[in-house]
Amino acid sequence: MDFLATLVNHSPALIIAVPLLGAFLTPLIGKINGKVRNVFVILVVACTSFLIALLAYNVFTNGALSADAVTNNIQTYVFGAKDIGTPAVRIAFEVDAMNAFMALIAAILPLAAVVYSWAFMKDETGQDKYYTLILLMTAGMLGMMLTGDMFNFFVFLEITSIATAALIAFRIDQKYSVQAAFKYIVISSIGALFVLFAVALFYGQYNALNMAVIGDSIKYTMLDKIALVLLIASLALKTGIAPMHMWLPEAYGRAPSSVTVVIIGTTLGSLYAMFRMIFTVYGKHIWDLGKTMALQLPQLLGILLVALAILTIILGVFMALKQSDLKKMIGFAAVAEIGYMLLAVGSAIATISLNESGVTVMTSAGQMALKGGIFHVLNDALDVGLLFLVAGAVYFAAKETSLNKLGGLARNMKYTTVFFLIGLFAVSGLPPLNGFASKLMIYESTYAINPILSIAAILCSILLLATFVKVFHSVFLGPKIPKFSNVKEVPKSMLIGMAIIAVIIIFIGLFPNLIVENIVKPASEALMNYGLYLGGI
Amino acid sequence: MIYNIPYFAVAALILIGLYAVVFKRNLIKIVIGITLIESGVNLFLITLGFRENSVAPIHTAGTTEKTLMSLPVPQALTLTSIVIGVAVLALMLSLVIHIYRHYGTLDVRKIKEVDE
Amino acid sequence: MLEFLDPFLKTLQTDSGFWNPILWGFAFVIIFLIAYIIRGFGKQAYKEKTEQTKAFLSGNPEYEKEQMHIKGSNLYWGFMEIMKFAYDKFNKMHNGNTGDYVLWFVIILGIFFIVLGVL
Repeated sequence: MDFLATLVNHSPALIIAVPLLGAFLTPLIGKINGKVRNVFVILVVACTSFLIALLAYNVFTNGALSADAVTNNIQTYVFGAKDIGTPAVRIAFEVDAMNAFMALIAAILPLAAVVYSWAFMKDETGQDKYYTLILLMTAGMLGMMLTGDMFNFFVFLEITSIATAALIAFRIDQKYSVQAAFKYIVISSIGALFVLFAVALFYGQYNALNMAVIGDSIKYTMLDKIALVLLIASLALKTGIAPMHMWLPEAYGRAPSSVTVVIIGTTLGSLYAMFRMIFTVYGKHIWDLGKTMALQLPQLLGILLVALAILTIILGVFMALKQSDLKKMIGFAAVAEIGYMLLAVGSAIATISLNESGVTVMTSAGQMALKGGIFHVLNDALDVGLLFLVAGAVYFAAKETSLNKLGGLARNMKYTTVFFLIGLFAVSGLPPLNGFASKLMIYESTYAINPILSIAAILCSILLLATFVKVFHSVFLGPKIPKFSNVKEVPKSMLIGMAIIAVIIIFIGLFPNLIVENIVKPASEALMNYGLYLGGI
Repeated sequence: MIYNIPYFAVAALILIGLYAVVFKRNLIKIVIGITLIESGVNLFLITLGFRENSVAPIHTAGTTEKTLMSLPVPQALTLTSIVIGVAVLALMLSLVIHIYRHYGTLDVRKIKEVDE
Repeated sequence: MLEFLDPFLKTLQTDSGFWNPILWGFAFVIIFLIAYIIRGFGKQAYKEKTEQTKAFLSGNPEYEKEQMHIKGSNLYWGFMEIMKFAYDKFNKMHNGNTGDYVLWFVIILGIFFIVLGVL
C-alpha cells in the first residue's frame, strides 16, 4: 500500500495543512450555496480525523503502516533540511505516543461540533466566517499538540486564541458575549506573551528552539528557573487553574455551544504543553536527582501543583452549586475536572525520588496516578463536550438559559434527556460509564500518596453529582410549563452530533481496559521515558 | 555595562505594562498596557541577537565570510511576534468599540456579567 | 470463546483493586431482579388512587402543579446558608473585573518564583 505509506509519512504536515486550506477555501465555496459549504467543512474535518487516526495507529504500533518513519514509537517530521549541522535551523514536528493521544482527542471534538452546527447555526448570519474560524481553531489546536518546537508552539497558541476570541463574540448583538470575548483575549495574550518571554530566555542561553535540543543541553541556571516559573504559570493561566480560572466559565458560557466544544480541546492542549515542559524539556532535572536529602525539584513542584489542584476542585465545585445560568454552571464543572487531571499528575510528580539502589524512579502509585490523570483528560473532554452540546440543544429549543425559568422539558425532548443523563453519569463518575474508570484510578492512587487528597476529591465529586441533579430537576423534570408547551425535539444533525460523543463515552465505559492498555499506557510511558524524545532528533 | 541598558528597558516596559493592565480602569488603557508588554518582549528578543562590533546580517559587497554579523534568527522571531501583536491589537480594539456601543461606558468595573 | 472478544473482556487493574464493567452489569441485573421480586410480595393494605397516595403538606393547601415547581436557585438553600462565610469570599473573587484576574496571575507568579527559584 504505497499510497497509504506516503500518506502516513507526510501526515504531520497534512494534518495542519488540510484544515488551514479548508479554512481559506470556505468563503469562496460559501458563495455557491450554504449546504455545499457545510458539506465541504464536514468533509475537511472528517479527512483530518482520518489522517489523525492513521498517524496514531502508526505511532502506537511502532510502524505498522509505514515502518521507515517511526523509530522507538516516535515519528519525526522535519520542515526543511534534515542534516544541516549546527545550529539547527528548522522546524520539526515530533509525534510520540502522548502527542498521538492528544491528537486523538482533537480529532473527535471538531467533528461533533461541525455536524452539530449544521442545524444549530442555520438561522444565523455570518456563517461563512463561523466555519472559517472553526477550521482555523482546529488547525491551531492540532499544531499545538503535534509540534516539537517552542516558538512554533507560541505561534499556534496565538492563532488559536485569536480565532477563539472572535468566535466567542459571535453573537455581537448580545452584550455579554462581547465582554466575555474581551476578557478572554486580554488574559490569553498576557499568558502567550509570558510564554514568548520564556522562549526568548531559552534561545538566549542555548541558541536553539527545538524542545528536544533544549532538553538535551539544559543546565539548571537561575535563568532556567525563571523560565520554568514563567512557563508553568502562563500555561496554568491558559488552562484555567485556580486562582486564575475566572475567565473560563464566562468564556465557555457565552460562546455558541458548538464553539465551546472546540475550546475545550484548546485548553487541554495547553495542559498537555505544561506536562511536556515539565517531563521532557526539564526532564534532566526531574529525573536525574543527586544524592542529597534536601527538598528536590520534583517534590517542590509536585506539592505546588497539588495545592493548586485542590484549590481548583474546591472552587470549581462550590461556585458551580451557586450558579443559575446553565452554561456557566457547566463551565465551573469543567474547571473542577481540570483540577482532577492536575491533581493526578501533580501527585505523580511528587513521588519521583531515589529508591534504595540509587536510581530515580516514580513509585508504582505515582505511575498509576499518571495513567489515571492522562485517561481523565480523554474522558473529561468527551463528557463536558456532551454536556455543552445538550445545553446548546436546550437553548435552541427553548431560547432560555436560566435555570429559574426552565422546566418540564423531558416530555417533548426525549433524546436530549437521555443524552443529558449519560453526560450526568459520566461527569460525576458513576459506573458503568467512563468517568468512573478514570476517577477510580485517581482515587486509589492518590489515596496511597496522601489520604487527604483522595478524600477531598471524592467529596467534591459527590457535590458535582449534586450540581447536575439540580440541573436535571429544574430543566427536565417537573410539570408542564405553559410557555414551553410547544417546544419540539431538536433537528437530526444536532442529535447525530451528540450521538457521536455519547457512543464513544459508552464504548470507553464498557471496555476501559482496551483504552488503558493500548492508548493511555504508551502515552504515560512516553512521558516518563524522556530520553527517547530527546533522541528523536 | 552600556550594552545591558536594553535589558533594564525590557524590565521597565513589562512592569509598567502589567501595572496598566492591573490597576487602570479605562478599557483603552488596559489595551495600551498589553501593547507595552508586547513591546517589551519584542525588545528582549531583538537584544538577544546583538554582538559587539557587528553589522546587519545581510551579505552586501563589503562583507566577507569573516565579518561579524548579529544573529538573524531573533530578528525573524521578532517580526512574527510583531505581526501577531498587531492582529491581537486590532481584535481588542474592535471588541472595545462593540462594548462601548452596548454598555455606554468604558469603565472596566461596570462591564460585568449579570449576577442573578 | 471467540478469540477476538478477548481484549474486550479484560478487567482494569489498579494497584489495589480491579474494575470490570461486564461483571458489574451482571451483578446489577441480578440484584435488581432480587429486589423487584421482594417488592412484588407487597402489602395488603395499600390501595392505589385513594386518600393514601395524596401528598401531605402539613395542612397547607395544595396548588396547581405548575405553580409548585421548585425553581433552580432554591434547591440547595440550606447548604448555601451554612456556607455563607465561604461564598462571600468566592463571590468577591469572581466580580468580573479584568484587572483582578491578572492580579491573581501576578500573585501566583510571585509565589512560584519564591518557592521554586529561591528554595
